Amino acid sequence: MFFQLLLTFAKIGVFAFGGGSATIPLIQNEIVNGLHWLSAKEFLELIAIAELTPGPIAVNSATFVGYKLAGVGGAIVATLGVCLPSIILVLIAMLLLQKFAANIWTDKIVRGLRPAVVALIAAAAYSIAAEGISDIKGIIIAVVGFSVLMTHKLNPILVLVLAGVAGIIVYL
Amino acid sequence: MLPLIRTEIVEKKRWVTSEDFLTGIAVSQSIPGSIAINTAVFVGNKVAGIPGALSAAFGAILPSFTAIVLVAVFFLRFRELTVVQNFMRGATPAIVALLAAAVLDVGKSALKGFTVIIITAALFLLLIYFHLHPVFALLISAALGLLLGRRR
Repeated sequence: MFFQLLLTFAKIGVFAFGGGSATIPLIQNEIVNGLHWLSAKEFLELIAIAELTPGPIAVNSATFVGYKLAGVGGAIVATLGVCLPSIILVLIAMLLLQKFAANIWTDKIVRGLRPAVVALIAAAAYSIAAEGISDIKGIIIAVVGFSVLMTHKLNPILVLVLAGVAGIIVYL
Repeated sequence: MLPLIRTEIVEKKRWVTSEDFLTGIAVSQSIPGSIAINTAVFVGNKVAGIPGALSAAFGAILPSFTAIVLVAVFFLRFRELTVVQNFMRGATPAIVALLAAAVLDVGKSALKGFTVIIITAALFLLLIYFHLHPVFALLISAALGLLLGRRR
């Protein structure tokens, strides 16, 4: 179990480009569709908790899934797994950087990754909407939340908490 | 996040120069993983080698690790409560809003030019309707970047 947690999250860590949200489809692919560690509903809860807690989504998800499956030990192993690839890659990049500037090549790849990052975030939005918005109340919360986020620079965590409180009120 | 790191590392502690810090950010952004943790590894390695890198990474991870474990302890105990379920039912649509806002936000700065927008739309459709593996989306995109990236 511990070894599989380490390996799975290391795999996610290797492809965690573009900050947090672009990793959501990969986490879903591995944890829900592949290994069936979480149900579709538990996956929505995972993302909500990962977004509600400060820190990178991929790392937060690893800690939560690890804890859920195997307690604090599992949380440590999964977190280690998701962080190790980038720690190793930063150290390697620093070694190479001193010898030659590999910038032009990596710059092209990084620019090239941008469409995938945007498409992955959009795909995450689509699949969470398909799974998690089931009625008109949900649609209203999503539309209001989106308008507020686009027009005001509100803290995303605050918006999520307010939406959760709205949920408690409207679904009572 | 970055201004906070900068103030602490460059101005207060004077661990790295402003120029090195910029290199660190550039390296952090081109490598998978969180920018905060990658920058921590970069600065840690600059200041005190591999042990420094590992300590800095540990320090960057510890707060959110602790927070998630605490949240998990309570959530997993109380998740069946109606109040908790309804909170989640309300928060989930807001996550969709958050991601949609991120798409526009990142898209505005990252998607310049017709080709790039077509590639993004095509990848989105492949992900949604043909269940393209997310890793392949990244690989296809990077390969196209190498092939088509003439700028600079």
